[in-house]
Parts: sequence; structure tokens; C-alpha cells
Amino acid sequence: MKTLLNAEQITTTVECLFDKIAADLKPESDLAIIGLRSRGEVLAKRLGRKLEQKFGHPIPNGTLDITLYRDDLNAPRGGSQPTVRETEINFDVNDKFILLVDDVLHTGRSVRAAMDALTDLGRPKAVRLAVLVDRGDQELPIRADYVGIRADVSPRESVKVHFVEEDGVDEVIVEPAETL
Amino acid sequence: MTKNTFQWTRKHLIGLRELSRQELEFILDTAKGFEEISTRSIKKAPTLRGKVVVNMFFEDSTRTRNSFSLAASRLSADVIEFTKKSSAVNKGETLIDTARNLEAMGVDIVVIRHNAGGAPALLARSINACVVNAGDGFNEHPTQALLDVYTIRQMRGSLEGLKIGIVGDISHSRVARSNIYAMTKLGAEVTLIGPPTLMPAKVRDLPVKVSYNLDDVIEELDVINMLRIQFERMGGNPFPSVREYSHFFGLTVERMQRAKKDILVMHPGPMNRGVEIESEVADGPNSVILRQVANGLAIRMAVLFLVNQASVQG
Repeated sequence: MKTLLNAEQITTTVECLFDKIAADLKPESDLAIIGLRSRGEVLAKRLGRKLEQKFGHPIPNGTLDITLYRDDLNAPRGGSQPTVRETEINFDVNDKFILLVDDVLHTGRSVRAAMDALTDLGRPKAVRLAVLVDRGDQELPIRADYVGIRADVSPRESVKVHFVEEDGVDEVIVEPAETL
Repeated sequence: MTKNTFQWTRKHLIGLRELSRQELEFILDTAKGFEEISTRSIKKAPTLRGKVVVNMFFEDSTRTRNSFSLAASRLSADVIEFTKKSSAVNKGETLIDTARNLEAMGVDIVVIRHNAGGAPALLARSINACVVNAGDGFNEHPTQALLDVYTIRQMRGSLEGLKIGIVGDISHSRVARSNIYAMTKLGAEVTLIGPPTLMPAKVRDLPVKVSYNLDDVIEELDVINMLRIQFERMGGNPFPSVREYSHFFGLTVERMQRAKKDILVMHPGPMNRGVEIESEVADGPNSVILRQVANGLAIRMAVLFLVNQASVQG
């Protein structure tokens, strides 16, 4: 196990991510933020608070559970079972400028599932993707619009993001991938 | 926040008697994630795309059958509706042959309602598809009880320590049996209320209290579940008249005045208004009867999802 980002580095990386997003946003765009369960949700809340401070008005913030949209539901995974959790999006996504937030971008399959789930909720004006870590090796034509850091990680390793809100500590670690 | 490492391993849902508290809670937690589907503009998720669900109903049903159909459709499964009236069962085909034939067409999940208790269990032993019990004889009706406890949990947070009364025709009620298993496992105290002639023979073996007088217990109940008198299943005369039954065991406005202010009034349907429940109570502020129906969809989606996952991963 090695540490990719410690607590302090996470704070600066989130700050840097926020700067990129804020610089890009037009004040008139009808922004809403949606985080992917569960680490994307935490990051979405943190970015949301900063954006609300900057723009001085509330920004709708929701959470998407993509389990029902996963493309591996019918593929045996050695007994590991996905847990369905709630999607909590209490605003209309139609014509919104949606900032989709996840912790790590890897294969792109979660983002694909998230976009399908989002489409079933309505028709946003635009969707952008922000991630804390882009580790590359996408298997689908999906790229992030805003990236905290890019990391070169071996396919045999997995990147784990821990947040105080969920795990009691802020850190990004790289560890050997769990073998299926 | 705790990581959920629980694994659901059952590819059939036959009854709640064999389920652990943890399994019950896992179904309820999973169902929460399905509630939102019914609130969207596009009420569909691709979860069971390409799967085939057959609704085999050997008994009449509107609520349960439509609820299972809709649950399967909302998860993008293909649904075959099978009813006894229009099938080869009338030509003498056995249950297992009928099911094997359907299975040969590639059915993944069989939802079955049958007038014989044990029919779903028999089917589960005989075919490879997942089997979900939608009510068998006097035995169990697991999804009804699941939606009942889901509704109580939604309204009260937990069943722990709640006093729940189940009133009426207990002996003919598969809903009551499944209810007893689910509610007691989740920590509630269940009292069965009705005339002695409508109590099951082995009521002493169940982890419940029994009362033959609704007025004795109404004041202490947190939840009251009113069962329908199943005239179609009755032999003999378990009570002198419907009027007398209503007088002693009907949930009337007058009785409600002696109940706790926030008592939850439940009914599995179909209701006989004026018999076991007065209209004013069924439609009143304490009634969660329509909420039960809405929650049934989420529960059935969750059950279809879980048995299919167990089948794929098993």
C-alpha cells in the first residue's frame, strides 16, 4: 500500500479542482451537482459548498446510485454482490447544467451507468464530469472534463479514496487489486 | 457508515419462516433503493433486461399480480402472464410439467400463486428458474408481509418494541402467518385477535399473544392489521353472522377513538368495507393502506432483483 495523496494534499487537490470548475462556469448556467455513491457523493458535497460560497446562491446537490445500471449485473463476479442504495435527486434535471462527480475515473463504466441513470431522470442541458483521480485505462470513450490529479497506476493495483465523512480519514491510497 | 458485506444467496423466496432477521432487513434496505424508480418521469431501470418473468397465478388476484407485473416491467424484464383459466392446466397438465414447459422457453423467474400450500416449494425443487411465492394456500405470502413491515418501518423507523395487532380470520390467512414471522423477527410484539373459531389450531406454538376481544387490547396497539374474512375458504359457520362479527371485531370510528392517536391502520386488501373495517377508518388519517400498495412495488422489485442476482452469482 502506498499513499497517493494525504489529507493536506487532498485539500489542495479539491481546491484546484474547484478552481478549474469555477473558472469554466458561466454565472448564468443553471448548475446542479450530482455525486456518484458513495465517495463521489462526498466530493460532490465538498465542491458544492465551495461553489455555493463563490456564487452566493444555493446549488442543487444530489446523489446517484448506479447499481441498477451496472453492465456487469449478469456476469458472475465470484460471489461479490452489489448493494442497491438510494438515489436522492430532489430536483428536476431537465435543462440543468449537470456536474457529475466521482472519486476515481478508471474504466469509465460507472460513468456510462451514471449517464444512463441520469437520462432516465430527464434531459439535462449538458453533463460534465469531474473526478479527483484519473488513473487512465478507460475501456469506454469517456474522459473527464475536470481532473484533480492524474495517476499512473498499474492495472494490478487499485486506487482507493477515503474521506473523513465516510471512512474517518482523508487519503488516497494505492493497493494491490483484490483478486476475483 | 458501515460497509455492507452481507451476501444474499437465496435464488427462491418461498417463505419468511426460514429467513433470518438479517436477511429480512437486507430485503427492506434493498427495497429503499427501488422506491425512487416509481417517482421519476421514466419509471424504468435496465436491471433485468433480457430476463423473462412468468406470473403463474392459479388463484384470482389483482393487486399482487399487477404489482409483480409492474415491478418486473419497471426493471425491463419481459413478463408472461399465465392464468389457470386460459391454460393447459385445464387439460390435465400438472404444475411441474407446466412450469418445465415455460422454463424450456427460457423463463428466468417464476412468480407463483397457488391454492395449495407448498406448491412454490415443490416448484423450487423441480425447476432451475428462480421461484417467488406470491401466496400459497394458508401457508405464506412473503411479499405482502415484507411490504407490511416495510411500511411500518417507513412510518416508525423500526419495529422494535411495537405492539401490533392482527385482527380477524387468522386461520385462513397466509398474510397473517408471514406477518407473524416477519414482525416478531424484527422485534415487534404480535397479538392475534379474533373469535376462537378463526384462530389456527397450533396458535400456542407461535411466538404471539392471543386475544378474543378487540376492545381489551385496542388501546395499547401501535399498529393494527385488519384481515379480510375469507368467505371463499370457509367451511361451516365460524361466527353467527357477518353483522355480529363486525360488531365485535370490526374497526369502527367508535373503536378508533379508544386507540392510540397515531395508530397505523393496515389492510392487505381486498377490503370488505363495513365488515372488518368502516369506510371512514379505511380512508381516514391513520390509514396507510394505499401506502402499502405503493411500497409493494418497491419490495417486489427488490425481491426480483435479489433472487436473480443470487441465481447469476450462485
